[in-house]
Amino acid sequence: MNLIELRDIQKTYHMGDIAVPVLKGISLGVAQGEMVALMGASGSGKSTLMNILGCLDRPTSGEYWLEGQEMSRLSPDQRALMRNCKLGFVFQSFNLLARTSALDNVAMPLMYTAESLSERQMRARAEEMLRRVGLADRLAYHPSQLSGGQQQRVAIARALVSRPTVLLADEPTGNLDSRTSAEILRLFQELHERDGITIILVTHDANVAAHAKRAIHIHDGVIVDGAYSAPSAEMPTGGIQ
Amino acid sequence: MKVYRTVRMALKALGRNPMRALLTTLGIVIGIGAVIAMMEIGEGSSSALQKTIASMGANVLLVFPGVTSTAGVSQGSGSRITLTAQDCEAIAKECPSVRAVAPTVRARTQIVYGGENCVPNQMTGTTPAWLVIRDWANLAEGECFTDRDVLSGARVCLLGQTVVRELFHGESAVGKEIRINNVPFRVVGVLATKGANMMGMDQDDAVVAPWTVIKYRVAGSTLSNTNQSASSASSDSSNMVSNPYPGEAPALYPEQSSTQTQNNPMLVRFANVDMLMAAARSAEQIPSAIQEITAVLRQQHRLREGQEDDFDIRDTRELTDTLSSTTTLMTNLLLAVAMISLVVGGVGIMNIMLVSVTERTREIGLRMAVGARARDILRQFLTEAVILCLVGGAVGILLGHGGSYLVETLLRWPVKTSPTAIAAAVLVAATIGIAFGYYPAWKASRLDPIEALRYE
Repeated sequence: MNLIELRDIQKTYHMGDIAVPVLKGISLGVAQGEMVALMGASGSGKSTLMNILGCLDRPTSGEYWLEGQEMSRLSPDQRALMRNCKLGFVFQSFNLLARTSALDNVAMPLMYTAESLSERQMRARAEEMLRRVGLADRLAYHPSQLSGGQQQRVAIARALVSRPTVLLADEPTGNLDSRTSAEILRLFQELHERDGITIILVTHDANVAAHAKRAIHIHDGVIVDGAYSAPSAEMPTGGIQ
Repeated sequence: MKVYRTVRMALKALGRNPMRALLTTLGIVIGIGAVIAMMEIGEGSSSALQKTIASMGANVLLVFPGVTSTAGVSQGSGSRITLTAQDCEAIAKECPSVRAVAPTVRARTQIVYGGENCVPNQMTGTTPAWLVIRDWANLAEGECFTDRDVLSGARVCLLGQTVVRELFHGESAVGKEIRINNVPFRVVGVLATKGANMMGMDQDDAVVAPWTVIKYRVAGSTLSNTNQSASSASSDSSNMVSNPYPGEAPALYPEQSSTQTQNNPMLVRFANVDMLMAAARSAEQIPSAIQEITAVLRQQHRLREGQEDDFDIRDTRELTDTLSSTTTLMTNLLLAVAMISLVVGGVGIMNIMLVSVTERTREIGLRMAVGARARDILRQFLTEAVILCLVGGAVGILLGHGGSYLVETLLRWPVKTSPTAIAAAVLVAATIGIAFGYYPAWKASRLDPIEALRYE
């Protein structure tokens, strides 16, 4: 079974009396250790799909299986727990806490983890993640003292610190220049190849999507292309440990 | 999430905007400061009042002679001559709840020393026990007259500080001879400073002497004090013109009618006193002391069952209660005003927290995205509000305390530190934090993470 399995996901927003269908029956599968790009023009419904994948939103109908667990019927608190343990988010606008050191930014999700780590363990894990994204010498820097690329690296370290199953990146290079974009994408590829992390990249940029093994194209709430990986594709196994 | 982690997180969040945190707490600082200062000043003035009351003597009972009325016109207290020195002795002997009792005789007349003269406010004839009752037994200088002086009617006296200042101008008064109503008195001692009493009367403007000598050598009948239509007795006036030969005026024996003379061939030296002053052993024993004194006096005065008392016992506690209720009222009033300022401070906190929630919408969205539950967000913002209030409360306590200290040193108002007020202030600060921090925190926790992340 795939790591992520969507079955006939529909999402309809209600604006007054008018029902606006955004997702019209999405079915897709992502295997363990895949790096997938989710592509589509703005308004195609890719952000909505991303929110559902990220357990931030619930589908109007359909099933969402993550690691063999049905997510669409969970309570808000359970979904928060899922976001904390199984999902990592990278945003277009970094969303780092201002006037807070890189280390504290990275350690922040651990504060909400159910398993209680000691302060030292939390710091150690955050440090390890920052080292992995190449910022070992920037632990005490505040976001304002870091470049855009470095900020996004901090954000990636933060997304990985609670050892999630899936990394969801929403336009991770949207605010970066082309050179830094390339660096960040290289980092994603490295994480994918070396650590076998499952990554879903949301983008409208074909160059970015080119870094992924597979691209899922979405148009007007329907998947046009690439819903399932080719059966012949070789799957790396194991998540980040 | 562990408590200390929440607290640390809240502190970090507040530390990101220290100026705003400072201004937010200002309302609470001022409110709590005002409450503390009010409480301390209020407690101070009520304890000063207690002290003033205590300066009258602790647990004092006043026994006045009864009131007579002539054709429905009251002649006022003391218009009946019923209390005697023997009554006083009987009370001292027979009442176990009474610590000390002393008769008093009042006079008001001029005293002269050399070229100086003055008319003291209080001229009291009494026994040494009076000083014990008034809590005045420690003299500033010299010694008190003795019971023997009282019996023999020795012409000795104690002077209050004000009198000493007026007559002697810094000289030592002890051993000097003064004239009271033209009767020479030797000053044997000087009373300690006592200050003003509850009515603002200077208690140091006083002369104390054995009651016998005041009674027979200085004052006349006290009846003439109130009965103005009667010919004025020489002794109760400082105007000497009407009495060129003082000292001979008061009759030692009341004039008897012919019937009385026939009925009572023996001479009765009826020596009434103006008032008896007694002190109960403790505040709890005041009621039993009143009962015992009533019983003894009724027996002494041979009153039958059913006859009204011919004396009045007054308990100074009533006076105390009235006076302290006034200060309590004032303190409570000011406290209410201070409480209003606290509420205003709380609204300030709520306002700033709401602004803060709006400003930090993206942060809230992010925290939710990485796994914070609604209740984590609620707790975080609530903790921030409570910390603001508690820190504000702590600073307010210091400020209020400092303020009351300033009032004490600069205005010389009595002030008293009140641990109850401090405990209450801490409690109130925490309550305000929770009460006014809850709504913004609740609002933050209800944000939709998707909307919050998209918020610009």
